[in-house]
Amino acid sequence: MAISPPTERIWWKEPIARVELIWIVIAFVWGLVMFSMMIYWHGAGEQNLSSEAYKIKPQAFAQKAQTMIDQYTVRQEGGFPVVRPPVGSDVYLIARLWQWWPILELEKDQSYRLHLSSMDWQHGFSLQPVNINVQVHPGYEMVMKLKPNQSGEYGVVCNEFCGIGHHTMVGRIYVVE
Amino acid sequence: MTKPAQFRSCPTTGLRVERSAENLIKANAVAAVVFLAVGGFFGLLVALTRWPAVHFLPADLFYLALTAHGFDVLLVWIIFFEMAVLYFASAVLLSSRLAGPRWAWTGFALMLSGAVITNVAVLRGQSTVMFTSYVPMMAHPTFYLGIILFAVGALIGCCVFFGTLVVAKQEKTYEGSIPLVTFGAMTAAIIAVFTIASGAIILIPTLLWSMGLVTYIDPLLYKTIWWAMGHSSQQINVSAHVSVWYAIAAMVFGAKPISEKVSRMAFLMYILFLQLASAHHLLVEPGFSPEWKIFNTSYAMYLAVLGSMVHGLTVPGSIEAAQRRRGYTKGLFEWLRKAPWGNPAFSGMFMSLVFFGFLGGISGVVMGTEQINLIMHNTLYVPGHFHATVVTGTTLAFMAITYILIPLIFRRELRMKALAKWQPYVFGIGAAGISLFMMGAGTLGVARRHWDITFADAQLPFDYPSAAYLMMGLNGMFAVLAAIGGLMFVVIVVSSVFFGKRLAIDEKPSYPEVPPTARAVGHYGSAESIHIPGTAVLVGIFFIAFVLYYFVNWKYLSEVWPLS
Repeated sequence: MAISPPTERIWWKEPIARVELIWIVIAFVWGLVMFSMMIYWHGAGEQNLSSEAYKIKPQAFAQKAQTMIDQYTVRQEGGFPVVRPPVGSDVYLIARLWQWWPILELEKDQSYRLHLSSMDWQHGFSLQPVNINVQVHPGYEMVMKLKPNQSGEYGVVCNEFCGIGHHTMVGRIYVVE
Repeated sequence: MTKPAQFRSCPTTGLRVERSAENLIKANAVAAVVFLAVGGFFGLLVALTRWPAVHFLPADLFYLALTAHGFDVLLVWIIFFEMAVLYFASAVLLSSRLAGPRWAWTGFALMLSGAVITNVAVLRGQSTVMFTSYVPMMAHPTFYLGIILFAVGALIGCCVFFGTLVVAKQEKTYEGSIPLVTFGAMTAAIIAVFTIASGAIILIPTLLWSMGLVTYIDPLLYKTIWWAMGHSSQQINVSAHVSVWYAIAAMVFGAKPISEKVSRMAFLMYILFLQLASAHHLLVEPGFSPEWKIFNTSYAMYLAVLGSMVHGLTVPGSIEAAQRRRGYTKGLFEWLRKAPWGNPAFSGMFMSLVFFGFLGGISGVVMGTEQINLIMHNTLYVPGHFHATVVTGTTLAFMAITYILIPLIFRRELRMKALAKWQPYVFGIGAAGISLFMMGAGTLGVARRHWDITFADAQLPFDYPSAAYLMMGLNGMFAVLAAIGGLMFVVIVVSSVFFGKRLAIDEKPSYPEVPPTARAVGHYGSAESIHIPGTAVLVGIFFIAFVLYYFVNWKYLSEVWPLS
């Protein structure tokens, strides 16, 4: 029994039952398939998070974002500037207690380099209803190439707990034709 | 060391049980159940708040209750119970005295005081930082201090366990190799040492930082090392509850492992590879390379998953083999149909096995896939997954073995047997519902650790799809069911332990009944004669579900915005 010492003293020389052996082979091969899938997706898939990131001081990131906001704000909405940066450009989104700043307006089927960083605590960039979720750290600037493939109004929810106002932290991204 | 160890002989198993080991098992198990009750209560409050129609607590208390819930059940309940399992698997199963019972009591005292200190820090409202306490959000220093004390106490417990293995070997209290269950417990203890070391490396500087003695802790570094503790501690659970499955299979059916070699190799896979899973939490963080993520998140090509899949065959397989020996040979599933479904030790264990595999295991692997994590990270899918592993897996298995420990170790007759018969079903189905509906809500994008999914106070409005509200409502209802199951467990345990009929020194407990032929089954023939077609069908179903669900999620991923 499993609660008493093995009945065969030399248990490591006992043969393995066939059913076990078959299952081990299946499970091992399945593991290899799943392992290869991740590598395969880097070549064939379109959703691979970049590893591009930089250390940055919060003020420096805020300044870069402000430059973009000053240049490309097209209107105001509920106290937020709506920024429409040029296609293919560097786009900055500030995470801070408890806002995603500013509102972005992007063009459908165009690529942008989205920069994310936090001014204070950790936040979670959760683009809804697309359901893309990325962690945002203070002191790190994460850069990813993003290509919206559907037009519409998207919410950016914070999904990393960031204090008492966490559930009020909602941002917005517009994707236009 | 001064007093000679006192032993009694167990009338059921014939094992020699030492007094101090027995007392330590009792103390740790009782402390565990107390914190399960406290943590479970906080869990109920959390679920009621996330049920949109109820929305029970105000925001500050919700986040406070969530912090307490995570700490009390994920860490305190489970580690206390694991200490009981370690002492049981070493001293009792090896008929040995416990090495250094005073050290063990010191460890217990440290764990208890640590748990109390952290709870006080949380309840005073100074440490609402969630269980993960990601920097730079800062808790009160006593929050970290309590966790550190708790961890040091647990480390001492692990050392006592290792010491007991040495003592038993030296004093020749058993012959041959240690039992499989002890081997599994050793796996848990080895992983625990790694876990606690990681915890110390990150929490001690964080404590100093909260006291103003250290100026900066890198948030990414914190997260990397914290999860070497946070995720590895869940691997202690896996090793411990798999051991418990084997133990219950042996105690209820007299089941013998199909092959000692295979089951032990599967545990060895845990020791070698499970700790890489810290990476599961870092798949969408800035800066990690794909190579690093792929190797680590897959436990080096899924070798730890291989271990779990092996246990998934060998545990039910050993039960099937034992049942077929007993004459339940008709068709594929007579052995399972005629299993003692009214025995809470068995029903709890078997549900734990099924839910852990189907709900917890599959979702964990899918979510831990480098790219797929992008559509799940920090959504409710994450707690959905780990409620399947830790609640329907670990907690249910620990509850199940408690029904055996009460007569064997506490020497009390179990009370409220009719209630006990239903308890695992109520709790198991409740917890499985929680897992499923949280995963469902997560798939729809609902954030975890979030007080208000209507965003009523947000500057910019946003709405989740209405199906999300349905999921959260169902989650709340099943949480109530699980809470009732948990309450049933606590009531049964407390009333049996304190008011149950005392068993005489040589009296065999009558419940849960152990089949009379059970012990004879330990000696059946060689491995080639193993015939377990029912289990083969079950793992086949599992495999198909796994493959389908895995690729469905790649399909989901392929539909989101391209990014690179």
